[in-house]
Amino acid sequence: MTGEAAATLQSVKISVRDLNFFYGKFHALKNINLRIPEKQVTAFIGPSGCGKSTLLRTFNRMFELYPEQRAEGTIEMDGDNLLTTKEDVALLRARVGMVFQKPTPFPMSIYDNIAFGVKLFERLSRSAMDDRVEWALKKAALWNEVKDKLGQAGTSLSGGQQQRLCIARGIAVRPEVILFDEPCSALDPISTSKIEELIEELKADYTVAIVTHNMQQAARVSDYTAYMYLGELIEFGETDQVFIKPKRKETEDYITGRFG
Amino acid sequence: MNAPQARSGDYRLPMHRRRKAVNVMALALSLAAMAFGVFWLLWILLETFRLGIGGLALATFTESTPPPNADTGGLANAIVGSLIMVSLATLIGTPIGILAGIYLAEYGRGGWFAQVTRFINDILLAAPSIVIGLFIYAVVVAQTGGFSGWAGVLALAVIVVPVVLRTTENMLALIPDSLREAAYALGAPKVVMIKSVTLKAARAGVVTGVLLALARIAGETAPLLFTALSNQFFTADLSKPMANLPVTIFKFAMSPFENWQKLAWAGVLLITLGVLFLNILARVLFRKKD
Amino acid sequence: MNIDVNSMPASVAAATREVGGARGRMVDAAFGWLVRGAAALTLLVLLGIIVSLVFGAWPSIKTFGLKFLITAEWDPAREIYGGLVMIYGTLVTSLIALVIAVPVSFGIALFLTELAPRWLKRPLGTAIELLAAIPSIVYGMWGLLVFSPILAEYVQQPLQEWFGDVPLLGALVQGPPVGIGLLSAGIILAIMIIPFIASVMRDVFEVTPALLKESAYGVGSTTWEVVWKVVLPYTKAGVIGGVMLGLGRALGETMAVTFVIGNMNQLSSASLFEPGNSITSALANEFAEAAPGLHAASLLYLGLVLFFITFVVLALSKLLLMRLQKAEGKRT
Repeated sequence: MTGEAAATLQSVKISVRDLNFFYGKFHALKNINLRIPEKQVTAFIGPSGCGKSTLLRTFNRMFELYPEQRAEGTIEMDGDNLLTTKEDVALLRARVGMVFQKPTPFPMSIYDNIAFGVKLFERLSRSAMDDRVEWALKKAALWNEVKDKLGQAGTSLSGGQQQRLCIARGIAVRPEVILFDEPCSALDPISTSKIEELIEELKADYTVAIVTHNMQQAARVSDYTAYMYLGELIEFGETDQVFIKPKRKETEDYITGRFG
Repeated sequence: MNAPQARSGDYRLPMHRRRKAVNVMALALSLAAMAFGVFWLLWILLETFRLGIGGLALATFTESTPPPNADTGGLANAIVGSLIMVSLATLIGTPIGILAGIYLAEYGRGGWFAQVTRFINDILLAAPSIVIGLFIYAVVVAQTGGFSGWAGVLALAVIVVPVVLRTTENMLALIPDSLREAAYALGAPKVVMIKSVTLKAARAGVVTGVLLALARIAGETAPLLFTALSNQFFTADLSKPMANLPVTIFKFAMSPFENWQKLAWAGVLLITLGVLFLNILARVLFRKKD
Repeated sequence: MNIDVNSMPASVAAATREVGGARGRMVDAAFGWLVRGAAALTLLVLLGIIVSLVFGAWPSIKTFGLKFLITAEWDPAREIYGGLVMIYGTLVTSLIALVIAVPVSFGIALFLTELAPRWLKRPLGTAIELLAAIPSIVYGMWGLLVFSPILAEYVQQPLQEWFGDVPLLGALVQGPPVGIGLLSAGIILAIMIIPFIASVMRDVFEVTPALLKESAYGVGSTTWEVVWKVVLPYTKAGVIGGVMLGLGRALGETMAVTFVIGNMNQLSSASLFEPGNSITSALANEFAEAAPGLHAASLLYLGLVLFFITFVVLALSKLLLMRLQKAEGKRT
C-alpha cells in the first residue's frame, strides 16, 4: 500500500485517486493515490524517469497536447474531476499555472509577457492592467529590477530574472495552484536561492507543487514531500518526517544516496 | 490591490466563449487551406495525366516533331535533346557547385570572401532563369553568331551550380567538428579529411542536392528560349540549335494546331513524370541513409 | 548520417599514407586553390550577368533614360519603347499572388504543425512539396488550356455581373472575361508559390521550442492563440524570409505567366481582367526574334530592371532578418 496523505490537519486542494498514466503502451504512472494540501508546498522527488514530471503534468492536462499520452483515474479539485470535467481545459489552465525547467519568455516586452495571460480572460483598462502587472511582478520579487524597463524584450533579462518573469506571468492570471517543474535546473545558485525564497512566500496565497531532482532543495523548500520510484508513489508525508524518519526502506535508500 | 484568489466560471466565461469560437474558426480555415493546396495538386496532376496519356504512343518516342496538322510525329528529337543538354549541364555544374560548397563549409567559414560568396549564391539562386538565359545569350550566342546546344547547356549549368552549392554547404555544415578533429588527430591532410570523412558522411545529402538540381533544370524553359532555341529535326550536334522538350511544348501549346497541342500535352506529362520521379528518388535516397 | 567510426581510421590512415608528408601539403595547397577558384567563379558569373545586361541595354538606357520606367508605349515600328506595361504587369501579378498565397500558406503550415494527426503529416507535407517540383511550363499549359475557361465562366463572368457597376471595385473587373489576363496570371502564380512559402513556414513553426508553446498553453491559451500570438512572433524572421522567397519566385516566373497573361503591350485600364504583359513574358515572346538595336536593347533594359527588382527584394529580406535578430536582443 503506498503512502496515504497525512494531511489531515490541512484542507486538501487536489485529491488524486487511482491515477494511471500511459505513454502509448508504456504504463508510466501506477495507481497513484495522493492528497495535496492547500496552501502548502509539496515536493516530488525521485530518480530520473520515476514519473514525477508526468504526474505534475496531469494536474494541468498538459499531456493532452500529445495524442499518445493518456490518463485514467480521478484528479479532484474543488469537487470536480479535472480529467473528466466539462469545463474547458483553457479555463482549467488559468486556475492551475505552470513554470517550466527552462525560462520561456514570450517574444514580446516584459509588460506584454505579464499581460498576455490576463488579456486572454479579462478586459482591463490600461491602468487596471498596469496595476495587475505591477502586482504580479512584485509577487515574483522582480518589480524593482524591471520597473524602469517594462517595454524591453523579455529575452533581454538574465536567466534567473527570466524565470521570475515566467512566475509573474503565471501569477498574473490569479491561479489557485502553481506547479513548478524543476524550475531551477537551468539557473545559477544565486538565482536558485532567490526562487526558493519566492516559493516559500508564494504558499501564503497559492497551493504549490514542485518537482525537483535536488533533494536538498526539496528539504529546504517544502512542507510535504512525495517520493516516487518507477511510476509508483512510494511514500508521502511531512517533509521533516520523510527526510529524518522515512517509513519505507526505498525512501531511505534514495535519501541517503544509496542509489541515485 | 487585487485579491490573490479567484474562481473560474463567472468573469472568465463570456470572453472565453468568443475565444473558443475564434479558435474553432481558425482551425477550420487552416483545414480549408490545406484542402485548397491539395486540390490544386490533384487537379493539375490529373489533368496532365488525362490529357497527356492520349498523346503518348510509340511514335512519340521514335519520331521527330511533325509540321502542323500532320498525321504522325513524335517528340523524339526533343526528348533526346533535353536528355543530352540536361545531363551535360549537370555534369558541368555539379563539380563546380560541390567544390564551392566545400570551400564554404571547410575553408572559408567566417572570412569575408565566404560571406560574399554566400550572398552571391543567394542572388544567383533567386535570379529569374530568363535573366540567366539573357546572360548566356549575350556572352555565347551573340559572340559565336548563333543559337546552339552548348549555349543551352551553359545556361542550365549556371542554374545547377547555386543549387548544388547550397545543399553541399548545408550538408557539410551538419557534420560535427569532432569528426574533423578526429581525422586531423590521425595526421590526415585536409584533402584526405574532406574526401574520406566529411564528404563521405554527407554523401547522401549532396547526391540529393544534385538530383534536385537535375529535377529543377529538367523543367526549365526560359533559359533555353534564346540559347538552344529549338529544332524541328533530330540532331545531336550541340553547335546548332537543339530540340528540347520545354521549348517545343511552348511552341506547340500556344499554337492552334490540334496535333501539336496533343504532343504538347504528352511532352508535359513526360516532364512531370520525370521530375516527380527524380524528386521521389531524392527523398527515398536521403531517408534511407538516415 | 551514420558513419562507422571503426572503419574510418583505417581508410583515413590509408589515404593519409598515400598523400602524406610534403606531397600532402602540396596537394592540400592545390586543392585549396581549386575550391577557392570554384567560389570565385560564382562571383564572376554574377558580375558577368550584370555587365552583359548593362552593356546590352546601353543603347536603350542612353536613348530613353529613366523615363523608360514610366512610359507605357511600346512600338517597335516607330522605335519607341517604354517598360511601364511590363513592369506594372510583373508587380501586379506578383502582388495578387502574394495576397492569395500568404494566408493560404499560413493556414497550411498551421494545419501541418498543429492539427494534422501524426500519420498524415508526412504525406501531406510531401504533397505540398511536390507542388513545388512541378515545372512552370506545366502550370502554364494547364493554366491556359484547363484553368482559364473555368475561371472565365465561374469566376470572371459572375464577378463582372455583380460588381461591374460598383464604383471603385467595378474598375477592377472590366475587360473581357475570357480567363486570360493579370488576374489569371496572378492566381496561377499564387498556386506556384504557395508550396515555397508554406514549406518555410512549416519548417520554422516546427522548430519552435515545445516548452515555449507549452508555456502559452499553460496560461490558458487556445491553439489559435498560441500560434498567432507566440509562435508567429517567435518565427517572424523565418516567415518573412519565406514570403520574400515566394515573392522572388513570383517576380521571376516566366512560363506560368506567359501562357495566360495575354501578351498585350498596352495598359488600357486598371482592370485585372485585361490582358497585359510582364517583363518575363515580354522577353519570352519577343527576344528571340527581336531586331538587334533598340528593340533588343530595350528588352535587355527590361531584363536589367527585373534583375534589379529581384536583387532589391533579396537584399531587403536579408536586411530585415538582420534587423529582427538584433532587436530580439540577447537570447539566453
